[in-house]
Amino acid sequence: MQNKEILLEVSHVNKEFPVKKQRLRAVSDVSFTLSRGELLGIVGESGCGKSTLAKMIVGSLPVSSGAMTLNGVDYTALKGKEKRLFRRNIQMVFQDPLSSFSPRMKIGTYLAEPRRNYDHIPKEQALDEAEELLEQVGLPRDFVMRYPHELSGGQLQRVAVARAIAIHPELLLCDEATGALDVSIQNQIAKLLVDLVEERNIGCIFIGHDLALVRSVSQRIAIMYMGKIVELVESEHLEAMCRHPYTIALIHSIFDVYCKQDEEVQLLQGEPPSPLKVQEGCPFAPRCGRCTQKCREAVPELRELEEGHLAACFHLE
Amino acid sequence: MKRKRKMTPAMKKAWIKFWVMMALALVFVSFALFAGVIAPYDPLECHYTDMLKAPCREYIFGTDQLGRDIFSRILHGGKSSLLIAFAVTGIVSAVGILVGTAAGFSGGIFDSILMRISDMLMAFPGSIFTIALVSFIGVGLPNLILAMSLTGWTFYARISRSLVLSVKNNVYIEQARLGGASNGRILLHYIIPNVIPSLLVNIFQDIGGKLLTIAGLSLLGLGSPPPTPEWGFMLSEGKNYMYGAPWMLIFPGLVILISVVIFNLLGDSIQDLMNPKENVW
Repeated sequence: MQNKEILLEVSHVNKEFPVKKQRLRAVSDVSFTLSRGELLGIVGESGCGKSTLAKMIVGSLPVSSGAMTLNGVDYTALKGKEKRLFRRNIQMVFQDPLSSFSPRMKIGTYLAEPRRNYDHIPKEQALDEAEELLEQVGLPRDFVMRYPHELSGGQLQRVAVARAIAIHPELLLCDEATGALDVSIQNQIAKLLVDLVEERNIGCIFIGHDLALVRSVSQRIAIMYMGKIVELVESEHLEAMCRHPYTIALIHSIFDVYCKQDEEVQLLQGEPPSPLKVQEGCPFAPRCGRCTQKCREAVPELRELEEGHLAACFHLE
Repeated sequence: MKRKRKMTPAMKKAWIKFWVMMALALVFVSFALFAGVIAPYDPLECHYTDMLKAPCREYIFGTDQLGRDIFSRILHGGKSSLLIAFAVTGIVSAVGILVGTAAGFSGGIFDSILMRISDMLMAFPGSIFTIALVSFIGVGLPNLILAMSLTGWTFYARISRSLVLSVKNNVYIEQARLGGASNGRILLHYIIPNVIPSLLVNIFQDIGGKLLTIAGLSLLGLGSPPPTPEWGFMLSEGKNYMYGAPWMLIFPGLVILISVVIFNLLGDSIQDLMNPKENVW
C-alpha cells in the first residue's frame, strides 16, 4: 500500500448545514487517502453522510472546512472556469439511473457531451466515440439513437459509467451506483467498475449500504457512522480484522443465502441519534453494548491499530 | 443517414395528426395571405343594388347592409386578425419564456424582482387593461398588439419559471455540470428542451385564444377603424340585422369558431408529438 502513488487525499473535512438556527453536522473530521488503481468502499447506513462526502469530493458541494487534494493539488477553493475545467478529473455515477438522464437527450448526445464540452471535438467524432464507449461497457452501438426511457436500469447505469470514463478521469465516484438495480445486475456493474479501475489505473470510491457487495469489489473499506469514519480496514480481512463494535454489528446484519434459519439475527438496538443535537462523546455510544463512562464523555480518535487498519474506539487500545 | 430511428405506429399516428392540423392551419393562413387573389370582390366596394343579399351564386356568403361581399370581407379580415394573433403570441411567448427561464434559473433577487413585476401586471384584469390602454393610446394595429402584449407575457413567465424550477434540481443537471457544461449550455441543452414542449402546446392554443380576444375587441370597436374588414366588427355590424340577414352573423362567427378550433387542435397534436415516452420521434 505504501509504495503506491497517492491520488486523492482528504484531510479533516467537515460539512455543516444550517437548519433553523441549528447546525447539522453531516460530515465531521473525515480523513483518508486513496491510491491510484485502488477501489475504496464506503459503507454506512442512510443519513450517515456518505453522499454528502461524495458531493464534496466531486466538488458540487463546498466544504465547510478541511482540504482535499488530487495529485497534490488542493481543489477545494477553485472557482468559476477553473473549477469547471477541473471537474473532468473527477467523475461520478449517481444512484438512480433514470433521473440522471435528461428525458429528451439521446444516449449518443449524452455520451458525447463531456468530450464536446472539455475537448471541443466535432459532433460526428464525438458520436463515433460514443459508439465505441457503448461497446466498451458491453452495449450495442445503435443505442446512440435511443432515448433513456427505452433502456433498462442496468443498461442506463452502464451508459452512465461510459459517460464518466469518456474523458479519462483520474477518480471515479459511485454513489450507490447499484442501489436501484437488481442483484444480478448489481454484480455486472460492480465487475465493470473493477475491470475499469484495473485497466485504466484510476482511483475509485464505491459508496453503498450493502456491505457484502461493497466488500467484494473494494480493496479497502471505510465504515461511516454519523458523519465520521469509524473504521478503515482491508476488505479481504474484514471479518477477521474488524474490531469496532459498529462494524461488527453491521457484519452480523448481512443476510446470506446460506444463513441458518434457526440462528438468531443480532440486530442493532435503537436509532442513530439526531445529527442536530450536539453530542458529547462517541456518536455510537447510545447504541453500543460496550459503552462506558469514557465513551459518553470523549470522542475517540481514528487511530492505527495495525498496518492498514484504523478504528475509532477506546476499547481497542 | 447513418443513424436513424425506426417509426412506431404511435409515432406515425401522431405525425399524421400533426400534419393534418398543420395543413388546415396553413390553408387558413394562406386564405388570409392571398385574400387579394382569391377574393372575388374588393372588400370595400359597395354594391348598392345588392344590399343584404342572401348567399347565392354571385355572393357565396351573401352581402351586408352596404352590399359588400361578405366572403371577400372575411378573407381580407383574416389578414389583420391572424397577423395580430401571431405577432402577439410571438412577442408574448418570447418575452415571457425569456424572463421566466432567466428568473427560474438564476433565482435570488433577480428572480424576486422579475416575479414581483409580473405579479403587478397580473393584478390587472387582462382584457380590461387592454381595453383601457387601447382607448387611451388610440385604436390601430400596432397599438392593439402593444396593448395585448403588455399583459400577456406574465402568463408565460409564470409557467416557464415553474417548469424551470422543477427541472433545475434534477440529478441530470448536476451530471451535466460534471460533464463540463457551462450555465449557458445547461440552459440550452438541458433545461429548454425539457421546458419548451409543454409550452409549445400553450403557445399554439394561445393563438386560438388571441384570435378570440381580437374578435372580442373589434366587436367593441377597438380593432382597426371601421371600413377595414375585421371578423369581430363584422359580427357587431351583423347583430343589427340578425333577423333579416342572419348570414351576416353566421359566416364571420363560423370562421372565428373554426380558426380557434384548428389552432387548439394543432396545439394538441404537438403535445402528442413532443412526448418522448410515446415513442414519437
